[in-house]
Amino acid sequence: MSQTTSSGPSYFEGRRNRERIRKTLIFILLIVGSASFLMPLWWMLQTSLKSLEEIVQYPPTWWPEKFVWSNYTETWAAGNFTRYTWNTTIIAFFVVIGQVLSNSFIAYGFAKIKFPGRGPLFLIILGTMTIPGFVTMIPTYLLFSKIGWVGSYLPLIVPAFFGGAFQIFLFRQYFMTIPNDLVEAAKIDGANHVYVWARLMVPLSKPVMATIAIMAFNGAWNDFLGPLIYVASEDMYTLQIGLQAFKVSSGVNQWHYLMAGSVLVLLPVLVLFFFFQRYFIEGMNISAGTKG
Amino acid sequence: MESGTTQSMPKKKRKWLSLDKREAAQGYMFVAPWIIGFLCFTGGPLLFSLYASFTNYDITSRMDWVGLRNYQIMFNRDPLFWISLKNTLYYVAIMVPLTTIGSLLVAVLLNVKVPGMRIFRTIYYLPAVLSGIGVYMLWMMLLEPQSGLVNTVLGFVGIDGPNWLTDPNWTKDSLILMRLWAVGGGMLLYLAALQGVSEQLYEAAELDGAGHIRKFWHITVPMVTPVIFFDLVTSLIGGFQVFQEGYIMSADPTNPGSPMNSLLFFNLHMFNKAFKVFDMGYAMAMAWFLFLIAIAVTIFNMVASKYWVHYEGGDNR
Repeated sequence: MSQTTSSGPSYFEGRRNRERIRKTLIFILLIVGSASFLMPLWWMLQTSLKSLEEIVQYPPTWWPEKFVWSNYTETWAAGNFTRYTWNTTIIAFFVVIGQVLSNSFIAYGFAKIKFPGRGPLFLIILGTMTIPGFVTMIPTYLLFSKIGWVGSYLPLIVPAFFGGAFQIFLFRQYFMTIPNDLVEAAKIDGANHVYVWARLMVPLSKPVMATIAIMAFNGAWNDFLGPLIYVASEDMYTLQIGLQAFKVSSGVNQWHYLMAGSVLVLLPVLVLFFFFQRYFIEGMNISAGTKG
Repeated sequence: MESGTTQSMPKKKRKWLSLDKREAAQGYMFVAPWIIGFLCFTGGPLLFSLYASFTNYDITSRMDWVGLRNYQIMFNRDPLFWISLKNTLYYVAIMVPLTTIGSLLVAVLLNVKVPGMRIFRTIYYLPAVLSGIGVYMLWMMLLEPQSGLVNTVLGFVGIDGPNWLTDPNWTKDSLILMRLWAVGGGMLLYLAALQGVSEQLYEAAELDGAGHIRKFWHITVPMVTPVIFFDLVTSLIGGFQVFQEGYIMSADPTNPGSPMNSLLFFNLHMFNKAFKVFDMGYAMAMAWFLFLIAIAVTIFNMVASKYWVHYEGGDNR
């Protein structure tokens, strides 16, 4: 539906028609594209509800002949999924808390307090964003192994309480938009910076916190390498490791079970996405600001 | 709180100094968590790994200086090193341009005013928020040669699809295909940039008789070059880190990197060296080698960007 402006001369009439054709073509293209972007998810969902016989059937069916809901309960029972879910939730919970608190706290220092070396330190923070994780991965493992934390969740949780470059950057950007006068006024009333941070900045920065929280949750929920290295025993597995172990042990490809497991693993993120789309997009958009 | 003591300070100048100092002390207190984190988890490990890369460190007791031996073994006596390097470079060289172009094109399509655009944008963005094991499992199923969706759809147009994840010639392309499903992440960046492009530029070009393709090349692309640059740098660094896909999506789940080491990426080889045979010194030499490549590529990017990245308002020669 194009905007109906005042009818111009016939030159514009022809142009508008061509424009309409172009938009229709793009519209069709977008629908075809949407279908192909959504199809994998539909395929996962319907496979998770099929019987194994129907899955291997050729040509494949696009809708389950019979809905096998028991795939879900059987998957849940076959692996120790209650345990894995609980473990993953615990880790994600602490990572979210750690990242939201620490990054907000650190960023306040960079945004609102003047101290010698602030500029260079901030540049180092930005610089660390370009250091690939694999260079520090092994020494960090060795450190945790030396202090006896390997085999616990501490290596997965504790670093979240010490800030991350990208998140500090995000919070700082936001704090910069809050007028300094507000901080000054509070200080004249006798408040110190911790008070200003806790009572003024934290309540004001809820949108950024939501963005960071969601990013932190996703990161912790989907982390594979971390648990792979640090988790020792089966009852400490996270969903990521648990599902992989389940696949390896099941040997042949039990797609009905594996897809049920995949749906379960992806579900929390999907649900979050539908409720908090704004914050997913904000995280992305603010990161676009990094380019300067 | 101690206003009494502060007021009784004799000289004004000293009072201000101490205020500044107190302010600075608070500042350091606020950023202290990051400084500690940096020393423990970034800076310290970085230096340690550089040092350890010149030793035979194997996590138990040995840590003798061996000079460049790890690096010599890497280049001369470890065929898997070269295979893993080639795999990674192939993956990066194909994936980065494809996802960059893909994200930009999708963003251009999603910037046209047609009904339902919000829904379209959501749909294209959705796959980008999903990651991890669920997505890998999903694509392993989609890429099944017989029953998989991809080959089924290819069959509709008469193409006999390959054995994606079991034919070593196609495994890396499989991962790239999967990666393309998530172009929505980059798309958002481009979309934001496209919406900042002034409509007047297009109108002016139209008056000069420029068609859609000319407008795209002469206005859209130059205006979004800063985002292209950003996207390139981040996807290159991300691409060099490819690991999990190779570990999980291997043809033989008990042999990560299979078939025929075609998914043995650099980081996977390094992971094996570090955590399977505990050759930590060697693994850290590998890490530093890839780090140097990543730095070189990033610097090259930055230098080259002067010639093609267009910053609005800034007159760069």
